Amino acid sequence: MDNPALAPHLLDMARISARPAPPAGPDRTPEVFDAIVAGGGLTGTALALALGRGGLRVALVEPAGTGRRDDGRAYALALASVRMLRALGAWPAAQAEPIQRILVADGRPGEAPSPLHLAFDAGEIEEGPMGHMIEDAPLREAVETALAGLPEVRRIAGAVVSHRAGPAGLSARLGDGRMLEARVLVGADGRRSPTARQAGIGRIERPYGQTAVTASLVHERPHGGTAHQLFLPGGPVAVLPLPGNRSSLVWSERSARAATLMRMEEAEFLEALRAVLGGFLGRLGPAGPRSAFPLGLSLAEAFTAPRVALAGDAARAVHPVAGQGLNAGLRDVAALAEVLTEAAARGEDIGAEAVLGRYARWRRFDSALLAVATDGFNRLFSNDWGPLRLVRDLGMAAVGRMGPLRRAFIREAAGLTGELPRLMR
Amino acid sequence: MTSERAEDPVRGADSASSIDAAELAKFEAMAARWWDPAGPMAPLHAMNPVRLDWMLPWLRSLAGEARPDADPGRPLGGLRVLDVGCGGGLVAEPLARLGAAVTGIDPSAEVIAAARAHAAQAGLAVDYQARTAEALAASGAVFDAVLALEVVEHVEDRPAFLCTLAALVRPGGLVLLSTLNRTARSFALAVVGAEWVLGWLPRGTHDWRRFPRPEELSGWLAAAGLRPLGTTGFVFHPLRGAWHLSEEDLSVNYAIAARRDG
Repeated sequence: MDNPALAPHLLDMARISARPAPPAGPDRTPEVFDAIVAGGGLTGTALALALGRGGLRVALVEPAGTGRRDDGRAYALALASVRMLRALGAWPAAQAEPIQRILVADGRPGEAPSPLHLAFDAGEIEEGPMGHMIEDAPLREAVETALAGLPEVRRIAGAVVSHRAGPAGLSARLGDGRMLEARVLVGADGRRSPTARQAGIGRIERPYGQTAVTASLVHERPHGGTAHQLFLPGGPVAVLPLPGNRSSLVWSERSARAATLMRMEEAEFLEALRAVLGGFLGRLGPAGPRSAFPLGLSLAEAFTAPRVALAGDAARAVHPVAGQGLNAGLRDVAALAEVLTEAAARGEDIGAEAVLGRYARWRRFDSALLAVATDGFNRLFSNDWGPLRLVRDLGMAAVGRMGPLRRAFIREAAGLTGELPRLMR
Repeated sequence: MTSERAEDPVRGADSASSIDAAELAKFEAMAARWWDPAGPMAPLHAMNPVRLDWMLPWLRSLAGEARPDADPGRPLGGLRVLDVGCGGGLVAEPLARLGAAVTGIDPSAEVIAAARAHAAQAGLAVDYQARTAEALAASGAVFDAVLALEVVEHVEDRPAFLCTLAALVRPGGLVLLSTLNRTARSFALAVVGAEWVLGWLPRGTHDWRRFPRPEELSGWLAAAGLRPLGTTGFVFHPLRGAWHLSEEDLSVNYAIAARRDG
């Protein structure tokens, strides 16, 4: 770890300022940045944007295939996430659909959904809609546009294949042999995070044996801004409002059944879907291309290693049951950007253990809680054992009756609980 | 003082030392692990961000008066800062990174050696010297700002020590102090809590009877020709495990800024 040879290159790094990132140098001359962000997904690009806006010089290293998705995926973004994207100038308001209420129901195939519905209404909290639905393409485009006007961030196609942490900084080697130097490396490179592996951070993995089938569904009747979450024995089904008479479908099923759903012809798939949803959206279809995502909990054993921090799915990938995946990632982004830019402003070494420890303490508790909560939630609702079903029906009815508790649930769903990073306030 | 220390050539001239020998020995034992945020200096590492957040506006204003066109990446560019009782350099290094020309003094040669080694690794230029404030003042050195953080509560003759600091700062310059208040709350938190219960600090680190009250400190500052400008509390939030600044709560840790007029 102690590598004094690193120090000479890093002498100049004491200067953290709003200077543009350095131009590309000859192949073997290390380029020097304040931070390297590994991963070109939404978490990584949003982090590069937030750090660049904070005046840090950032190298955003994007492996091939991490750009825009064309699989029709959409995100349920909590109010706090929307506030942050707005603050970063990367919120495509015109293409977003506000979620006005969430209806939760319990059902069994072939039966009408359980009559005990749990409704969360945006009118119950003063902040307005509890969240927005946004599709991948417009969100990604908004982040790209904001990044394009930011000279502090340099985008590098490739991947970090190894790194070495020293007392003054970190050096990272890219796949093509190029070297980068920085004070800190952030792994925003997904649930199989190569950065975490290179840093020796282990993972706790738990496959659920479930797969989410997603599609962008056209329907006859308007959704009225309502998000539906239906708990079935095979897993939860979410129908989330998109602009127009369209909804984002996230249908979690036991993996064998999901494979069957993926193989179905469109008409057969819509028939299966109608059997589950009932008729509240009128005639269904077309559903367009379907994608399948195997589900599982994946938690990094640590949020940091020497001069390394993890963010987004690299830190913790949860069951998407409550739509908390990208929201948790954006909370990481906001917290890490706040910790690093504040540390830089006070002249601290932004990759020092004392600094990264602040981020880890801030996010670790939230994340463990979220993983346990969504994991437990899904287990509870994915069990068809009689007494358990009765308990959860009664539990849902009880939650539905209690005002303060309901507001607490809504605020949690809107991402307004816990200590909010400044970008989200 | 032990004979070994008296023979130390670096500090041979420091006859008028303000530092109590027993106090000094306690910190020498800690020097090596100074920079480990989970080590014996963990409480200082935890408090360090608020100390910097408090002092930086003062130092920036001083640097701005001197050089209004300074590089925004080095807001303290050109400012001559003395850190009295600098320890391992937790404050000296960030100030150097922001452009200040920092001199750090500590009477312990072992602590200074650790501080030098760390700054060299970090690629930072800090002028570390193992000497006392009295010896430095005798040499005629003068600075734009003089810091003494968590020092006065370990000093025997506080009025004399503050006169020494006044001699080390140029007219118009600032003296920045942080210390602990002498209240029932500070006894409960800093002594009973931090030393006895939590074990953050070795027992006997603090002698509560030496903690100066803000009005006492202000009086000694004024007597030394230093005009107090403002007092700020450093408050620990036990649930978040973090510190914040407070204009009202001075009951445990607090800081005071003073200007040398004339």
